[in-house]
Amino acid sequence: MYPNPNELTIAQASDRLECGEFSSTDLTRSCLDRIAATDSTLQAFVTVLEDEAMEQAKLADARFTKGQRLGTLDGIPLAIKDVILIANTRATGSSKILSNYTSAYDATVITKLRAAGAVFLGKTNLDEFAMGASTENSAFQVTKNPWDITRVPGGSSGGSAVAVAADQCIAALGSDTGGSVRQPASLTGIVGLKPTYGRVSRYGLMPMAASHNIIGSMAKTVEDASILFQAIAGKDAKDSVTVDREPITYNLEPRTLNGVRIGVPKEYFIDGMDKEVEQSVRAGIQTLKDLGAEIKEISLPHTKYALGVYYILVPSEVSADVARYDGIRYGYSVETDPEYLKDHKSLTLFDVYQDSRARGFGSEVRRRIMIGTYALSAGYYDAYYAKAQKVRTLIRQDFMHAFNDVDCIATPTSPLPAFKIGEKADDPLTMYLADVFTVSLNVAGVPGMSIPCGFTKNNLPIGLQLIGNYFDEARLFQVGGAFEQATQWHLKKPNL
Amino acid sequence: MLTTEEVKKIASLARLNLTEGEIEIYRGQLSSILDYVGQLKEVNTDGVEPTRQVSGLQNVTREDEVIPSSVDEHERIINQFPQKQDGLLKVRAVFE
Repeated sequence: MYPNPNELTIAQASDRLECGEFSSTDLTRSCLDRIAATDSTLQAFVTVLEDEAMEQAKLADARFTKGQRLGTLDGIPLAIKDVILIANTRATGSSKILSNYTSAYDATVITKLRAAGAVFLGKTNLDEFAMGASTENSAFQVTKNPWDITRVPGGSSGGSAVAVAADQCIAALGSDTGGSVRQPASLTGIVGLKPTYGRVSRYGLMPMAASHNIIGSMAKTVEDASILFQAIAGKDAKDSVTVDREPITYNLEPRTLNGVRIGVPKEYFIDGMDKEVEQSVRAGIQTLKDLGAEIKEISLPHTKYALGVYYILVPSEVSADVARYDGIRYGYSVETDPEYLKDHKSLTLFDVYQDSRARGFGSEVRRRIMIGTYALSAGYYDAYYAKAQKVRTLIRQDFMHAFNDVDCIATPTSPLPAFKIGEKADDPLTMYLADVFTVSLNVAGVPGMSIPCGFTKNNLPIGLQLIGNYFDEARLFQVGGAFEQATQWHLKKPNL
Repeated sequence: MLTTEEVKKIASLARLNLTEGEIEIYRGQLSSILDYVGQLKEVNTDGVEPTRQVSGLQNVTREDEVIPSSVDEHERIINQFPQKQDGLLKVRAVFE
């Protein structure tokens, strides 16, 4: 059966645009129609840019007519996580404190995608300022998992994940500070790439723990994840941690994995993990072996401390990142809130700070600000922050040692499939454990990718996480691409 | 377990005006998070250098030059100020 245009991948849609089978206007319209038909249920989008998207699509079509197609992404409709700025467009971070904020400029990734001709369909929902693992912490709405709308899509890039999984877009951008691209990709059955730290510019990304975070692709196939990655990667003077490195090529030729050494760390198969997840991931590793890879059991001995390191360092960085939301410069301010001013006649500067922040931030953001403030405060710095940075060195060394013996590491992405909405909402620590297999990559800075590797009996997707050495995304595309060619999991679609 | 006074101190340092009820909720939650991350104490880090940058970069610098923004961009930024006067950000007196 011929699929609707919105169901296609970047590569498929691009071929059809190229040969004139449909226009970018048709393609964009089909995504917008899909959003209109499904988003009142799924709530993936915070802002839909219908007019702007149709305008961009028309410009793409005008280029095609003149034979001036810019490349693979020209005319392709994408969804953008609402922590990434698009000039003159509302940008909320799913926070009340930015609910009326309009960005003045484009993020570097947006500048690059614009130059490649991409169409921006809208901004997707997330856990407030990307803090969370379920997309329940949004100030606006709870995004639903299209495989079971009583369940979360994971987070924090849950809106982008759902937009891809439900064919509301062709592909999307997310951001990943501790698993925020990979974990929702796993829970919604799509591909999610967290590039190496420093591969992609964060200029115009709302800051969230700057020594951990990165922008990544969320896509229907490994090939698409690679196409998007190549479009956004590269050095940028506006983000000083970006590096100048050769672009990665993705080769579509069918291949084997002969000679590829894949490590399976015993610390990632723990008591309490879901049995169906373990079975699917083990079966996926067997598939890699059948494709010719050499499977080796390895050890990453400091794995169990990664979450502890993460929940000291990230809140510490967050407490500084969100200091900019002060009720003075931009965003929500009690000074312009008529409700507040009715009961507060005389205001001090301190009141403006502490009341704007208390009213503007949701509970998880406040929690992280306070943990960070505590960990960095006089008398506690050595016990928490300094100690965590030392253990971080040990975690990085674990990966460096492992990559002396293997080319790639395979693990589960998430210990559990999608959980019920509300199930973990009252217990922050339980929610943090959802990222137990993903955070160590951000702590170390190495790249990782979640790919679909199976389904539970209840038809919930399961993800396999591939981990690469620093700057070796090409290996993830090679191994993930071979796996995808040998399996059908990525082709399954939710019934909506 | 953190004391109520400690949580109030943290909230004040972080410029968050919390109600008594919120202070109590956060007291429990922050204490259990701090207990959890306290497990790092058991790791021997004698002689281990703290991480300062993960991908090997050092001292990235650039010229400190002013790059003018467009009139549109300028206007969009000013439009975001909660309080403004004559195109400038209006703030409360710091010393009162």
